[in-house]
Amino acid sequence: MNQEFKPPRGKISQIKGKCISLIGNDIDTDRIIPARFLKCINFDSLGESVFEDDRELLRGKHPFDKEESKDASILIVNSNFGCGSSREHAPQALMRWGIKAIIGESFAEIFYSNCIAIGIPCFTLPKNSIKDIQKYNDNKNLFLEIDIENSFAKSKDLNFKLEIKESSRKMFLSGEWDATSTLLENEKLIENKFNDLPYLKFNSNYL
Amino acid sequence: MQVSQNTLFDKVWDLHKVSSLPGGSDQLFIGLHLIHEVTSPQAFGALKDKNLKVKFPNRTVATVDHIVPTDNQSRPFKDNLAEQMIETLERNCIEQKIKFFNIGSGNQGIVHVVAPELGLTQPGMTIACGDSHTSTHGAFGAIAFGIGTSQVRDVLASQTIAMNKLKVRQIWCEEKLSNGVYAKDLVLHIINRLGVKAGVGFAYEFAGPAISALSMEERMTICNMSIEGGARCGYVNPDETTFRYIKERLCAPKNKNWDKAVKWWQSLKSDENSIYDDVIKLDASKVEPTVTWGITPGQSIGINQQIPHLEDLPLNDQFIAEEAYEYMGFKPGQSIKDTPIDVCFIGSCTNGRMSDLRVAANVLRHQKVSKKVKAFVVPGSEKVANEAKQEGIDKIFKDAGFQWREPGCSMCLAMNSDKLIGNQVSASSSNRNFKGRQGSPKGRTLLMSPAMVAAAAINGKVSDVREFINK
Repeated sequence: MNQEFKPPRGKISQIKGKCISLIGNDIDTDRIIPARFLKCINFDSLGESVFEDDRELLRGKHPFDKEESKDASILIVNSNFGCGSSREHAPQALMRWGIKAIIGESFAEIFYSNCIAIGIPCFTLPKNSIKDIQKYNDNKNLFLEIDIENSFAKSKDLNFKLEIKESSRKMFLSGEWDATSTLLENEKLIENKFNDLPYLKFNSNYL
Repeated sequence: MQVSQNTLFDKVWDLHKVSSLPGGSDQLFIGLHLIHEVTSPQAFGALKDKNLKVKFPNRTVATVDHIVPTDNQSRPFKDNLAEQMIETLERNCIEQKIKFFNIGSGNQGIVHVVAPELGLTQPGMTIACGDSHTSTHGAFGAIAFGIGTSQVRDVLASQTIAMNKLKVRQIWCEEKLSNGVYAKDLVLHIINRLGVKAGVGFAYEFAGPAISALSMEERMTICNMSIEGGARCGYVNPDETTFRYIKERLCAPKNKNWDKAVKWWQSLKSDENSIYDDVIKLDASKVEPTVTWGITPGQSIGINQQIPHLEDLPLNDQFIAEEAYEYMGFKPGQSIKDTPIDVCFIGSCTNGRMSDLRVAANVLRHQKVSKKVKAFVVPGSEKVANEAKQEGIDKIFKDAGFQWREPGCSMCLAMNSDKLIGNQVSASSSNRNFKGRQGSPKGRTLLMSPAMVAAAAINGKVSDVREFINK
C-alpha cells in the first residue's frame, strides 16, 4: 500500500505503473470493501481494508497481499466488476491502496461512474485479451504506460489498444471528471430549470 | 446508439436536461435528492473544502437507516462509530437547513420506504440518492437511480449531475402471478433470465398485465431490484394505482394542485408508439416461488427445481457457479427445498413494507418458528411499525417466535449488530446474497419473498409457502 496518498487533480493524460490481476466475474463492492468499514465520516483509512474478508480467507495469498503486487497501480479485472452497492467507498479504497486505473472486460454502472468522478480511468477489452494480459502478468510482472489521449497501452514487449467511453476520455483529458465546477458554470440554466419544472409548481414548499 | 423515443424515460430525461456537457454527457437536474448517514458525510466535507453551500436545501431530504441499531435505539448508540455518523448527519442538516427525519420523528426509516410514504416520491421526477436501491422510486414513474458520494456532492452543490443518457429496455410481463407467488419471485426470475449485468447501460421499463395488476408496494419491490439485474434505473408507467397511493399523503399536491398534477402525470407514460432499444417478453403465470442458491442474485431457481449442473449453464455463468457451489456448500443437482435454515430475516427496502409484513403474518398466524431458527422482523419505517402494531401484526410475529425490532436496514447489509455468525444460512427477504453480505465473511444468504421466509422459519428449512396458504 502506498504510504502517502495524494488524490488525483486536474488533467489526467497518462498513467504508468505495475499491473495487478484479480481473477473473477461479478466481484461486488461488498467484497471490495465490506459494509462494516463504511462506518466512517471520511475515506482516509479505507486503503488498508480493501478486500479485507477475501484477504483474510486467503491468508497472504490474495493478489493484494503478494510481494510482487506491492506498489502496483493498474488493476486488471474480468466481467461486471464493482456490481452491487453504490458505495464510493469501494473505488476510494482501491485508490487509497494505490490503484490509479482499471482495465476490465466490463464494469457495473454505478461503480464505473464513481471511478470517473474520483479520477480513476476504467478501460475495457474483450474477454480473451483480458485473460491473456492476466496470464502474462502472472508470469512476468507487467509494467504499463497508458496514454489516454490515444487510448493505448505500452510495455516492454506488449502494446495494445484500449477501449474507453469517449465522454470519459474527454473528461480526463480536460480535467472535467472533477465535475462540480463545470456543473456550476451553468448556474443560470440550473435556476431556469428549477423555475420551470411543472412539479416544483404544484408541490409548494411543504418541507 | 440510443434509439428509444417517446418512452417515459425519454420524456422525463429530456425535461430535466440542463445542458450538454463538453465531454458529451448530459447535465441532468435532480428534482428530489435523498440522503442518509453513510454516503453523505464525505460529500458535505467536500462541499466545505470547496467553500460551497447547498444550492436548493428544500430539494434534499434526509433520514437515518443503515447504521441504526434495531434492538436499543436510545442515544448515544452503544456503537461509537454509529453515533458519530448520526451526529454528523444531524449537524450537516442543521448547518445546511435540510429537513431530517430522525429517529422518533414518526417518519424515520429506510430512505426508500420513507420517501414514498411521505408522498415525496412522485411521477415525472428525477430522484437521486447515494444508494443503489434508489431505483425503487421508479415504481411511481420517476427516473430514480443510485449515485456515489462525489455525485452526492455535485447534487448538493448544483442540484445536477453529469450523466450519459441510458437506453431503454421494456420487460413485458404477460398474464398474472399465481397464488403464493409474489413480486419478489417475479423480479428474481427476471434477473435470472436476463443475468446480473444485462441491465448495464439500460433503464428497465416494467410493463404488461402482470405489472399493471401489482400494488405500488409490489411495484417498488420489482423496481428496487433493477440494480441487481445491472440496471441503475427501473420504472413502471404511472396509472390509477399510482395516483391512489400518493393522494392525501403528507407531501402530495393538494386541492387544485392535485388535479393539475394528475393531468401532468398522465401525460408522462410511454406513448403507444414509443420505440425501445430492446423488448423482452415473459409469462408471469409460469413463475414459481423462487429462491437463490448462489452468491449473485441471478443464481436462483424455482422451489421445486434443482441446483443447476455446470454444463446446463451458459459458458459465461460457469465460473461464478463453481465459486458459488464451493462457498454455499451445495452440490449441483441438489434440491433447494428442505435446505436447513439458521436465521430468518424479514425487512429491507425490498420487502420491509406493510404488505410484506401482512403476507408473512398470514403465513405465521397460529404457527411457531422452528426451535433451531433465530427469526426477526425489522419494519421498513416507523410508520410501517406503527401501522403493524395497530393491525396487531407485531403480535402475530411475536406469538410465532419472531423478534420484533425497530426500523432500519439491519441485516440486509449488517452495518449494525444484526449479523450472521460463521457459516450460518439465512432465509432473507433482502436483495443481495453476495459473499459476506450479511455480516459474516462465511455467511450464506438465500433470497426469497417474505412469505417464503415465514414458511422457512416455521419448518426450519426452505419450504414451499403454497403448502401453508393453500391449506
